[in-house]
Amino acid sequence: MTSVALARALAHDRHGRLDMLPYARALDLRFEQDDDEVRIIMPFSIGLVGAPGRIHGGALAGLLEIAGLAAVIVAQPDPEHLPRLRPVTVTCDFMREGTPVETYAAAEVTRLGRRIINVSSRAWQFERARPIAAANINFMADWPEGLPPAR
Amino acid sequence: MSDAPPLDAAARQQRFIQRFVGGVPHLATLGITYHGHGDDWAELHMPFADQQVADPDYGIIASGAIFTLMDSAAGFSVNVALKELLPIATIDLRIDYLRGPGPRATVIGRASCYRLTRQIAFVRGVAHDGDPANPIANMAGTFMINRPA
Repeated sequence: MTSVALARALAHDRHGRLDMLPYARALDLRFEQDDDEVRIIMPFSIGLVGAPGRIHGGALAGLLEIAGLAAVIVAQPDPEHLPRLRPVTVTCDFMREGTPVETYAAAEVTRLGRRIINVSSRAWQFERARPIAAANINFMADWPEGLPPAR
Repeated sequence: MSDAPPLDAAARQQRFIQRFVGGVPHLATLGITYHGHGDDWAELHMPFADQQVADPDYGIIASGAIFTLMDSAAGFSVNVALKELLPIATIDLRIDYLRGPGPRATVIGRASCYRLTRQIAFVRGVAHDGDPANPIANMAGTFMINRPA
């Protein structure tokens, strides 16, 4: 299961590539983490461009989603027993244009439910305090072996 | 003289838009192509491609790929509804994922601009894999229209 490959990378490495997810590979995504959070890094490339000189909003939404997914995975108590995660609703605000430079994103799990996980994800470029896009993502968790016990 | 029959205005416009959409790098990255438009709507197609997959084991298409499809279809619907080429920017876009697309299905994104004010365009649409009555995703959003002062 790919989420496990991703979870293992997040459990063992401080930084690395996200090539186990084809979409993340297409965006050339990397991760870096410290004790507080996982950050996803999207280097600029021509293939991200929407309107001339700007990163496509869809690529920013994709970066926010992967940052959300990573935050949910590191929040799980057991990296070997993960639910299948899929977004049910994604609401994305675009605040500033994505200029042709590296973009960062990090997400916070606002509620780690067993079925529904609420996540707040933000992307920035030059200054973290000036986000270029943010998303509220509600993930549905499907547990292959049934729901885990309540925490 | 070319052997091709002369193109009428509609066909020329069609070809122009195809080139325009084909020239957007991120749409090319995901294999998204133009399919059609009307007075206030636009439709783009996204044939299945590996680079859209977020989770290969479960075959889950990345939300970001559907977002790109719907954001572009929505922006395009605003452009055609405006009937002039003005710079626009997405303010917000919400997508609800109703179900997964069929295996290796082409995802069709259709958006319409249902209300235009001087500064804001309101859009809605669906993504489906063949039957618009059985959508994969539902979209609602707003765009800012940057008119010259």
